[in-house]
Amino acid sequence: MLFKRFLPLIIFGGIFLAFLVGLTLNPREIPSALINKPVPDFSLPPLEGAGVGLDTAALKDPDNIIVVNFFASWCGPCRIEHPALVQFENMAGVKLFGIAYKDRPSHSLSFLKSLGNPYDRIGADLKGRNAIDWGVTGTPESFIIKNGIIRYQHIGPIHTVQMEKILTVIADLQAEDGS
Amino acid sequence: MIAELGHYFTVLALGLAILQAVFPLIGAARQDGRMMIIGRPAAYGQFMFSLAAFIALTYSYIVSDFSVAVVARNSHSLKPLLYKISGVWGNHEGSILLWVMFLALFGAMVAYFGRNLPKTLQARVLAIQAMIGVGFYLFMLLTSNPFDRLATVPFEGNGLNPLLQDPGLAFHPPFLYLGYVGLSVAFSFAIAALIEGRVDPAWARWVRPWTLLAWVFLTIGIVLGSWWAYYELGWGGWWGWDPVENASFMPWLVATALLHSAIVVEKRDTLKSWTVLLAIIAFSFSLLGTFIVRSGIITSVHAFATDPERGMFILMFLALVIGGSFLLFALRADKLQAGGMFAPISRESGLVINNLFLSVAAAVVLYGTLHPLLSDAIFGVKSSVGAPFFNLVFGFLMIPLVMIMGLGVHLKWKRADIKGLLQRLKVITGLSLLAVVMTLYITYGGEIMPAIWMGLGVWLLLSMFQELGSRIKLGQVPLSNSLRRLTRQPRSSWGMSLGHLGFAVGLIGIIATSSWGLEQQKVMRIGDSMAIGDYVLTLDDVVPVAGPNYSAVRGIITVQPKSGPSFVALPESRTYISSPMTTTEGSVKTTMTGDLFIVIGDAQSSGRWGVRVYYKPMQVWLWIGATIMVIGGMISLSDRRYRIGSPQGKKKNAKLTAAKETKGSAAHAV
Amino acid sequence: MRFLLIPLLCLTFSLTAAAIGVDKDRLSDPEQEARAQSIMKQLRCLVCQNQSIVESDAGLAVDLRGIVREQVKAGQSDRQILHFMTSRYGDWVLLQPPFKAATLLLWLGPLFLLLIGGYFVFRYVRQKPTTVLTEPLTADEEKRLQQILRENDT
Repeated sequence: MLFKRFLPLIIFGGIFLAFLVGLTLNPREIPSALINKPVPDFSLPPLEGAGVGLDTAALKDPDNIIVVNFFASWCGPCRIEHPALVQFENMAGVKLFGIAYKDRPSHSLSFLKSLGNPYDRIGADLKGRNAIDWGVTGTPESFIIKNGIIRYQHIGPIHTVQMEKILTVIADLQAEDGS
Repeated sequence: MIAELGHYFTVLALGLAILQAVFPLIGAARQDGRMMIIGRPAAYGQFMFSLAAFIALTYSYIVSDFSVAVVARNSHSLKPLLYKISGVWGNHEGSILLWVMFLALFGAMVAYFGRNLPKTLQARVLAIQAMIGVGFYLFMLLTSNPFDRLATVPFEGNGLNPLLQDPGLAFHPPFLYLGYVGLSVAFSFAIAALIEGRVDPAWARWVRPWTLLAWVFLTIGIVLGSWWAYYELGWGGWWGWDPVENASFMPWLVATALLHSAIVVEKRDTLKSWTVLLAIIAFSFSLLGTFIVRSGIITSVHAFATDPERGMFILMFLALVIGGSFLLFALRADKLQAGGMFAPISRESGLVINNLFLSVAAAVVLYGTLHPLLSDAIFGVKSSVGAPFFNLVFGFLMIPLVMIMGLGVHLKWKRADIKGLLQRLKVITGLSLLAVVMTLYITYGGEIMPAIWMGLGVWLLLSMFQELGSRIKLGQVPLSNSLRRLTRQPRSSWGMSLGHLGFAVGLIGIIATSSWGLEQQKVMRIGDSMAIGDYVLTLDDVVPVAGPNYSAVRGIITVQPKSGPSFVALPESRTYISSPMTTTEGSVKTTMTGDLFIVIGDAQSSGRWGVRVYYKPMQVWLWIGATIMVIGGMISLSDRRYRIGSPQGKKKNAKLTAAKETKGSAAHAV
Repeated sequence: MRFLLIPLLCLTFSLTAAAIGVDKDRLSDPEQEARAQSIMKQLRCLVCQNQSIVESDAGLAVDLRGIVREQVKAGQSDRQILHFMTSRYGDWVLLQPPFKAATLLLWLGPLFLLLIGGYFVFRYVRQKPTTVLTEPLTADEEKRLQQILRENDT
């Protein structure tokens, strides 16, 4: 029964390896279940007196890669990431849509006024119900969509490092078209 | 200056720990008495220096020396003294210092109380104890030095999380750590036994009181934490199966198993390698808990500040300690030969089966806790394992465990008669069935399972009383004779009886409170009423209250029970000055039949307050049961047979023969 | 929101007690409310970690409670409501993981362990005496053992 006596060591070895891998993972990041699924059906009103709102049809744009960004004026990290979003504004074949999460439209508008408005269209998710349909757990959170299918989700603010990753994802999605 | 002294003392303690780890071990291998003898003074010295370091840090907290980084981060000059002191261990760095100080304390205790241990055994135990210490001193000095200074001294500290400013939680960590660290002694004994290649009844007798001591502390620590969660968090919950709670529960389960298996070693000189393994596992779970809490590897509501560097350090330390021990076990366990035998139906078998269920329970908690991590690491799937899973699986495991417990205490050593036993348990079994029917009647229309559980709880309680009764021959000899027997029970027998009785009482409380709790909430204006169960609550007034470092609103609520006089409940909602947080100080009206728990929130709008009420049937039974268990453990610890070496009275008289006989059938279990 | 929470969460214990809230949308039918409660207890609070949404005042938990109540009121089955949640947040949102390939060990592990352990226990308690102490006690140790046993009986 040599094996029996080694069993505790073997089991511990397994746990050790799992811990080793585990130290590199982030247990707090919860991906949406909607990756590689169609965008949810919705229709959001615009922020009062600004634009046309946002609905599912707008996300099914075959010509552009679409980035949907959930933000709120009360959310600190959103302020931090905001300057990075401006990069999407002038990018060919990419459209940036915003969804204002549980925010008073007047607050959202002054937020955009002071920091700039990089969004092509904005929908107001006043009660946060739309965010739940997307599997969003908090702001900021961004989705990359192609042909109405959610292809990538970024949780948290977009800093320089994350921006590189996101730009690669967008480039890859655009390259798919060529082939 | 004081902080630098503390730092210096820590380094000195590390130095002594290295001496203590090296020389006694070499001395024991070479049978060199002079080298072995170093272990004891080194252990005393190491404890003194670690204590001095701890005092230095505590002093920095008391005088609010914000030039020390951890003090600035975790204290505030306005805090009451008690919480300045408890703030010492309310953070990662300080708690590691407390941990290692306790480790040194246990080492010193082994050095002192183990003076009559075989020299080589004591030397090895002390050396292993010191090795663990070296790891922790290095961890503290290299990654989490509590004595680090700040370049710019802040004017005021950040304050302690208001939730932690509570007497229940102030003392929860020290007891928990005493429990965790206390298990290191059993561990060191196990490793020493593996090195020596022998385990005998005397070994088991040495290990048991240390395990029992750790078990008592661990139980107190867990219950304090649970009690705190119950009345402070304001949700009426007392156990959430959070990874950190599980981290304290796993060593408790294994320590409980170890307490029972050590009896078999002591009595029958068998089950040795299993018992050694349990001793290793129990402390390994303590270390695992430390890792889980401090590495951030598993999400928990209780986690300390997490840091990958620290996580990696602890993980490597774990690999060394646990992996090394298991390797030693694999190589040396075959040296442990079994001695005595027992029949398949006997007290010994009962204890072995008890061990099976306790270990499987610990394994379930371990796997459930690690599953989200494994699932993420192996399948890349995020998953959760929470209270509903644990309650379900644990509930099923507990049924056979409770049954084996109720039967086991009656079984005779070596060979027992199960048919006769079942015959004798007929009356209490009947009474328990009656309890099931009564429960079904009282909770008419409710679920059946809780009623069955209640019957089982009642059966266990009655079984424990019957065991005590049969031990003092209640009804078989004149009552005065029985009472005399009762007072002459050895303390270890009292320990066993109380330990098991306490468990049964607590179990009944758990069943009731988790099966038939009520909950109600309402936004109330002054003068509004709401009903819950047999109570009607009226919000009479809400007044502001000023505390030392907080301001609060206090609700004045008149509670009218269906029968009996009304009373006033005064729940508070506190807002702390140093932190923008609100805590609830619920008002709890406790009776044996149930707790009425009222929580008030801060003002909603225009003179309205949110009020939540819970009715927790028989909640207090849980706390009483746990207290009885702890008292049982302490009484057992004070038993004279654990004080081997102390001068003993040599009187022997005829009456003792009777006691001896009783012991033969019942003693030694707790 | 979450990113403000994390530093706080890391520094502290739980945030549960921060400001207690009261659900104003409780269902008037006690049976429906009880069913909603039992569903809510199975759903994990997404922002506070390791608590059910019943025990949290986080905004998202409050929203999710609202959704559960709405759907219970609309006559949706428990299954449908849980499916609504998992289709958005994955199995992660369930505190009791579903029975699947990835959770096989979790659900069957205890039974498996009991069987294996039970087998070993059965063999162990039935074994016949085969071994004698290979290293007999020295005279000194024997004396000590006897002394200990004597003390036990006093």
